[in-house]
Amino acid sequence: MASHETKPLFDREITRRAVVDAVLKLDPRRQIRNPVMFVVWVGAVFTTALVVRAAAGHGTERWTFVLAIALWLWVTLLFANFAEALAEGRGKAQAETLRKTRRDVVAKRISRVDARAERESVPATALRKGELVLVEAGDVIPCDGDVVDGVATVDESAITGESAPVIRESGGDRSSVTGGTRVLSDWLVVRVVANPGETFLDRMIALVEGARRGKTPNEIALSILLAGLTLVFLLATATLLPFSAYAAFANGRGEAVSVTVLVALLVCLIPTTIGGLLSAIGIAGMDRMIQANVIANSGRAVEAAGDVDVLLLDKTGTITLGNRQATEFIPAKGVSLEALVDAAQLASLADETPEGRSIVVLAKERHGLRERRIQEMHATFVPFSAQTRMSGVNVDGREVRKGAYDAIADFVAWNGGSFTPDLRVHVEAIAKDGATPLVVAEGPCALGVIRLKDVVKGGIRERFGELRRMGIKTVMITGDNPMTAAAIAAEAGVDDFLAQATPEAKLALIREYQSKGHLVAMAGDGTNDAPALAQADVAVAMNSGTQAAKEAGNLVDLDSNPTKLIEIVEIGKQMLMTRGSLTTFSIANDVAKYFAILPAAFALTYPELGALDVMGLASPNSAILSAVIFNALIIVLLVPLALRGVKYRPIGAAALLRRNLCVYGLGGLCVPFVGIKAIDLALSAVGLVP
Amino acid sequence: MGWLQSLVYVVALTALAVPLGEFMARVYLGRATTLARVLGPLERLTYRAAGVREEDEMGWKRYGRSVLVFSVVGFLFVFLLQRLQPLLPLNPAAQTAVSPDSSFNTAVSFVTNTNWQGYSGEQTLSHLTQTLALGVQNFVSAATGMAILVALIRGFTRRTSHALGNFWIDLTRSTLYILLPLSAVLALILVSQGVVQNFDPPAAVELTDPLQTPEAAAVTQQFLSQGPAASQVAIKQLGTNGGGFFNANSAHPFENPTPLSNFLEALGILLIPAGLCFTFGAMVGDRRQGVSLFAAMLLILVPAMGAVHAAEQAGTPALAAAGLDLSGSDDQPGGNMEGKELRFGIAGSALWAVATTAASNGSVNSMHDSYTPLGGLVPLLLMQLGEVVFGGVGSGLYGMLMFVIVAVFIAGLMVGRTPEYLGKKIGAFEMKMASLAILGPCFAALLGTAIAVAFDSGRIGVANPGAHGFSEILYAFSSAGNNNGSAFAGLSANTPFYNTALGLAMLVGRFLPALAALAIAGSLAAKRSVPAGAGTLATHDGLFVLLLVGVVLLVGALTFVPALALGPIVEHLGAAH
Repeated sequence: MASHETKPLFDREITRRAVVDAVLKLDPRRQIRNPVMFVVWVGAVFTTALVVRAAAGHGTERWTFVLAIALWLWVTLLFANFAEALAEGRGKAQAETLRKTRRDVVAKRISRVDARAERESVPATALRKGELVLVEAGDVIPCDGDVVDGVATVDESAITGESAPVIRESGGDRSSVTGGTRVLSDWLVVRVVANPGETFLDRMIALVEGARRGKTPNEIALSILLAGLTLVFLLATATLLPFSAYAAFANGRGEAVSVTVLVALLVCLIPTTIGGLLSAIGIAGMDRMIQANVIANSGRAVEAAGDVDVLLLDKTGTITLGNRQATEFIPAKGVSLEALVDAAQLASLADETPEGRSIVVLAKERHGLRERRIQEMHATFVPFSAQTRMSGVNVDGREVRKGAYDAIADFVAWNGGSFTPDLRVHVEAIAKDGATPLVVAEGPCALGVIRLKDVVKGGIRERFGELRRMGIKTVMITGDNPMTAAAIAAEAGVDDFLAQATPEAKLALIREYQSKGHLVAMAGDGTNDAPALAQADVAVAMNSGTQAAKEAGNLVDLDSNPTKLIEIVEIGKQMLMTRGSLTTFSIANDVAKYFAILPAAFALTYPELGALDVMGLASPNSAILSAVIFNALIIVLLVPLALRGVKYRPIGAAALLRRNLCVYGLGGLCVPFVGIKAIDLALSAVGLVP
Repeated sequence: MGWLQSLVYVVALTALAVPLGEFMARVYLGRATTLARVLGPLERLTYRAAGVREEDEMGWKRYGRSVLVFSVVGFLFVFLLQRLQPLLPLNPAAQTAVSPDSSFNTAVSFVTNTNWQGYSGEQTLSHLTQTLALGVQNFVSAATGMAILVALIRGFTRRTSHALGNFWIDLTRSTLYILLPLSAVLALILVSQGVVQNFDPPAAVELTDPLQTPEAAAVTQQFLSQGPAASQVAIKQLGTNGGGFFNANSAHPFENPTPLSNFLEALGILLIPAGLCFTFGAMVGDRRQGVSLFAAMLLILVPAMGAVHAAEQAGTPALAAAGLDLSGSDDQPGGNMEGKELRFGIAGSALWAVATTAASNGSVNSMHDSYTPLGGLVPLLLMQLGEVVFGGVGSGLYGMLMFVIVAVFIAGLMVGRTPEYLGKKIGAFEMKMASLAILGPCFAALLGTAIAVAFDSGRIGVANPGAHGFSEILYAFSSAGNNNGSAFAGLSANTPFYNTALGLAMLVGRFLPALAALAIAGSLAAKRSVPAGAGTLATHDGLFVLLLVGVVLLVGALTFVPALALGPIVEHLGAAH
């Protein structure tokens, strides 16, 4: 899936298909799902019938005028359908690509966990949950599953768009595989975890196609408001018929407003702008998630993301770079710096951990100590173990070790030495700083301390500042001790932290926030994250994570980038803002439409009302038609905004409201005056006023 | 100098409403007050007699059922008293039984706190009916509105609870601690100004200037109706009832004799509705919320006062064409004085007209039918806004809170969050109910008018031709549908058609919003509360106040502009031609 490149808003092929779909969507069975547009549909059918009646010579209206109104009502519907079809089309194109990866995969079904077991070739669609399949180099993985045996490199670019292969192996946090991805080397035995039609790929296809798109809670509430407004306007226009009949009767001149004009007025007043774009906004929101390489279980999850006000973030990988780095050597009293650097480098030469490498690099860059080859020195490497909690080398009778303070203290004491008091001061100072002290010793002699520092990611502090202005509290989760955690929290600028975190503590923290009414989001990948993910309101599972984590989450991040949470929150907010802003715009538009249509509708009965025609429109017919045309055109003009979304700025609720009210409220009041006048001028200029 | 009177009015209103609001909050929270020490035994006696237990709290459905049962019983009581009044005591003027349709209309009218009067008070009702039927409903229909509001406030303050309080207790406390003491004080002051208070038959008075008619003997005597007016006038003002003791309402010198009585009665109209804003703030634990609601209401009220005053002072083109001096001075009021009392002038009449239609009071001290088209448009629009600019006691504020829910919803979406108000999320159910509450009165007003103008039985009631006649019908249904009760006059509405149609409009206008508000209260009380943060939309600042005012005006204007265009607007434009 080429989801990393953003598609142009109006892709030629997608647009062509959307035009066709727009016509197909005129089917009343589809229109009835959207009450606002259904009213337009009924109005269009009605005026079309009136055209026939007027053409037959009934009524006082010119049939060309009725025809023009009827045509523009159909165009209004087509524009709204086009917006929806365009939004869906972008998803459909992606779904098409995804489907190709699934076609005609043959699975090698086996009966027991053994790569040499007898294979049976079956189509992937015949696989059921719990069965075992063997996947070898070059094969496409036929299903979602858990690796139960083997290690292999897998190309997941079909799902993630990431071309670098990943390792999948049994056990641990890298055991889940996704159907549609390809094994590049070695083999895997996979236990099927999803029946056909329920796999990740199926879910993704359904999502991008919008097939399973249920309405989100806010969308339902908004639909109710729009239906209410439609009812109000239906009432206001329908009662105008007896009102105007009475006016003509009491006034002794003119006649009741024609049904054509009433339908035109009704369609102009009901919120067609937001009504026509509502579903497109929702689909586009999901689409933006997919562009960001995040798969949402439901639109509900996307919407909830906008409401999140507490964000739990793992320290490692999210706030800090994955590894600590050596930044300083501090010799013990009476030990030269050179001796410490030399011993530290020696102890780290064979240490391939990032921390170990960083010590060697620091020794070279800061102190000019060249790297030595451990094989040539006939040294024996003593690797880190959970029991000793230190590592080092034995060379020429020297025993050099580095490790945690108490581990090295034991080592020194065992060798008959002891620590100088200043060493303890250094160690404590480093820990207080949020760094990790690593003590270096040779035999009974403690040489000094290496400062290993967590490196906070660049720009993360600004990101958290942004979140704070959005009203979102950030909480750092770490296994570190409280002192270290506090220092990193301060450096990264998070609002709070949970130190020495266990899965239980995480779960309890989420529950505590929720009981206070907060909406909590978190990202996780491991199986032990699953309970917390299930508890969180918005849970982003890393695609690289385990099946359990993916099932517990309601969003899956294909890039496995925990910082993505911030982007997800923004997309959620954007979707709500687009709906709110276009609703405001739509309602504010009505003021100008009244000014255009009311004087025109009563031109015969009450010519005095002509004083309300502030736009100075050419004729009553031109005024009404211009308003209807404006109403239709504005839908298609706002399609790009609906699809792209109103831009979110982290400037706080009050400033955001002021801004959007100015742009969409005041703008909504003014724009139609200009637009209707311009259309009126254009109509008269080309002599098209019927 | 008219603006000075309005300024004094607004200042006095604010100064009295703040402490009253705080006091009412204490009453509803069941905290100790001096009054409670004095009247407490009476309150407890009432509960014991009625079998009400204080700790017995109700869910929204039971609360709503209690409201309905209480209203139905009240309706039957008022209906039967009117029908049976010739058989009952305290009927010195020997009034006959009221017709069934008029009895229905009046009973609905007083139970719904509308107090639309299709009848002429002094010529139709006995003292017993006035006091026991109407007087009692003046208190309890107001108290019912206050109780519903208090239940809604509890919906905001309670968390994961189903209880909204006990209707009978809220009703009793509203009556006993708020309405009765305030009415007693106001009635006494009014008596001091000359408002009548007795149980006497009409007094015969010799005319100083006998009326000579060509065909009959000279008229030398006039019968002046009297009765227990002061006590009823006090509560009709304070309880946003508005049903006058006399047909001329507060334009009658026995109801409203002096400029001081006029000022105090006008103050009485808005006092409790304004105070309830501050009660709201105190009860939800954030006084700024109450202040912002008060500010939003004031922001509509004050320009409306200015507009009516300006329109009436400007007079009409016809008056100007007649060469009259329309400017006001110390010697003459100037402007359009038709239908206004000389002792109140333009300022005192305009102030009252706005206050009485902003609140769903409906008492009048001048005839709105005689206002200039624009001067009449403002009171009409104020009612059509849904009686939420102060509005009825209780009902005005819960009506405004329905608009707050809509405003919060739109604003919440615009800042990218699921909308919430006072920590409670606004979902589909709340939207549905708020829409119903706002739609109900609009439907009653527009549909009623449409039916009336479409049929002869509606058309024959109109006194004036053309657009003004249409305004009269529109005014009547706007008044009934929004439970205001003021009449434009000019419309003969005491007919079976209008009595029935307006009665139905009043029922819709009262119970649809009331039950919707209770449903919202129930739904909100069951929810958790969301703590406020930087991403939360503030609902106590100027921006939100403006947004709320905008939503109220826009919804009202968009619904009623076509109708208004065919009534007062075209009348105004036509007069200018």
